[in-house]
Amino acid sequence: MAAPTIDHTLDEVLNLAASHFKVPREKLTPDADFFKTLGIDSLQALDLLTRLEQHFRIELPDYELQGVSDFRTLANRIQSRL
Amino acid sequence: MLDLRQYASLGAALKDALDRWPNETCLIEADRDREKVRLTYSDFKEMSRPLCRALQDADFKAGDRAAIIMTNQSKWLISAYSIFFCGGVLIPLDFKLSATEHLQLLAHSKARFLVVEYYLWRAITQAPDFANLAAQIVLVTEAPPGADLRGAYRWEEFKRKGEPQFVARQREDTACIVYSSGTGGRPKGCVLTHDSYLEQCAALTAWYPFSPGVRYLSILPTNHAIDFMVGFIGPFVCGACVVHLRTLRPEFVRDAFVRYRITYVSLVPMVLKNLERGLRAKFDELKPGKRWMLDRLIGLNKMLTRSRPRVAISRRLLPDVHKAFGGELRALIVGGAFTDPSTLQFFYDLGIPVTCGYGLTEACTAVTLNDLKPFRADTVGKPLPGSEVRILNPDGDGIGEVAVRSRAVMSHYLDDPELTAQTIVEGWLLTGDLGRFDPKGREHLQLFGRKKNMIVTAGGKNIYPEDIESAFEGSPVKEYCVFAANYLWPQKALGNEMLVLVVRLEQNQQFDDKLGDEIMTRNRRLPDFKRVGGYLVWDKDFPRTASLKIKRGELAAEIGTGAARASVVEI
Repeated sequence: MAAPTIDHTLDEVLNLAASHFKVPREKLTPDADFFKTLGIDSLQALDLLTRLEQHFRIELPDYELQGVSDFRTLANRIQSRL
Repeated sequence: MLDLRQYASLGAALKDALDRWPNETCLIEADRDREKVRLTYSDFKEMSRPLCRALQDADFKAGDRAAIIMTNQSKWLISAYSIFFCGGVLIPLDFKLSATEHLQLLAHSKARFLVVEYYLWRAITQAPDFANLAAQIVLVTEAPPGADLRGAYRWEEFKRKGEPQFVARQREDTACIVYSSGTGGRPKGCVLTHDSYLEQCAALTAWYPFSPGVRYLSILPTNHAIDFMVGFIGPFVCGACVVHLRTLRPEFVRDAFVRYRITYVSLVPMVLKNLERGLRAKFDELKPGKRWMLDRLIGLNKMLTRSRPRVAISRRLLPDVHKAFGGELRALIVGGAFTDPSTLQFFYDLGIPVTCGYGLTEACTAVTLNDLKPFRADTVGKPLPGSEVRILNPDGDGIGEVAVRSRAVMSHYLDDPELTAQTIVEGWLLTGDLGRFDPKGREHLQLFGRKKNMIVTAGGKNIYPEDIESAFEGSPVKEYCVFAANYLWPQKALGNEMLVLVVRLEQNQQFDDKLGDEIMTRNRRLPDFKRVGGYLVWDKDFPRTASLKIKRGELAAEIGTGAARASVVEI
């Protein structure tokens, strides 16, 4: 099966983040700072990462999230492992 | 445990520890639910031997400096031990810094050797100033097959046959250079001797002795003063076991408590708060009858543990809570930043003692610690054995700057005699923190804020405004400066710490959306824990010295009296 496109991955990341942290989907934009928009700390961000791993069936080492604070970069990191 | 008075260096003490408990487990490393490494003290010795020999064959000599940039894992400790065995000076660098910052500190420390994890090395080799790296030998761990290591060696293959020679060091020799801050501004490399560490370790283990069978969960970065002492030196000289997790996701951390029946763990306040939130949410989900029962049992536990912890009784009263922590937890150790007393009390009431302390890298690890006799949520404990604490120039409430004198205090800041002279005065370390001795009993130290212009995040990071100002360089304003809000408006309390960007606009310039966006964009380029929390528009020119440097103290005083904290616009 062909890997989904980056746009598709990004869209799924935004949907998951919105539902996981109960934030309206329309409030989230690809370049938004997810710490700020979701109102979460770095530990809660790790929770999100786990949720994303389960969804995409991949394993992302913690360091992949280091320095990442926007959805687009996060989606790119996921895409490179699909 | 070993009698540390007999030893002249960390290397000598650790070497004896490996022989003293050959069959005890000293290290476990797990990635998610997969256990990757389990070593006895004897295995640890066998793994370090070929590395020590290879280092010596590579001309690593007494006093040579070697940096480590790694996440918490077995190779961190094996490398550090090997460096000490060979008489070297260890420079533990924060793996969360950027590659450029790593290169700056490697240059400042003049490290000849570097041990680094592959993903961090990859970032360093891609940094614009990589060509300036002066380390002669670089060992990279866990590099994938075929990776271009840019002249570095694979850690796993850097071994030689033959018996290495132990290199003796004296108590006054440097053991570590630990950076307490200062990547963008003035690097603060705390030079700590073997005497500092051995004294500090003896003091800590006098109050909290570890022993074989104790399993310490190492979550704080090992480069941090707390984990280096409590998650490496302390357990090893007592024959205890250290558990490393490669993935610090909350669910894997929770599993590790149970799987490895953890006895102690050190946490920063942010993680403790997160655990509290999780537990409170679970309690709120209980049916009314069960909740009523839980509250009664917590009340009973509070009554029974008023004078001292009684962990065995607490485990019987509140078995489900204790089982979630593995059932053998004796205490949580918390430090590195301000902890909300209500959080400390919450855990204590559940029968999980939280040992809160106060320390700074300049004083090795800890200055004061709660001895739980009885538990106090409102203090940072009593001075450790061998530490003298004084309050300088106390005000009417007894609050003044905390000064510390002990053998654990650093000898100096690396290559900075001026800063050293300002910080260590007549043998006393001026901490820049404001505190007083508790009026009841006068034994416990209470902290009330900072005299210095800095913040400590809930994650335990020291952030100095000077270090992040470069992020705003070139902003279209007349001038700008970053301050800690509590430095501008002292509040005689800890917590609510944030950085404030103060901007002075050009004549006739308005603070419009474009400027707001520019500031936001620049702020976002900083790691989340270093970002400013708000800005303030200041309507006067900044006072400057003859060489045009901003007179920060003078400006802070002007702003503190001329503007209210409420005028800061949060971003």
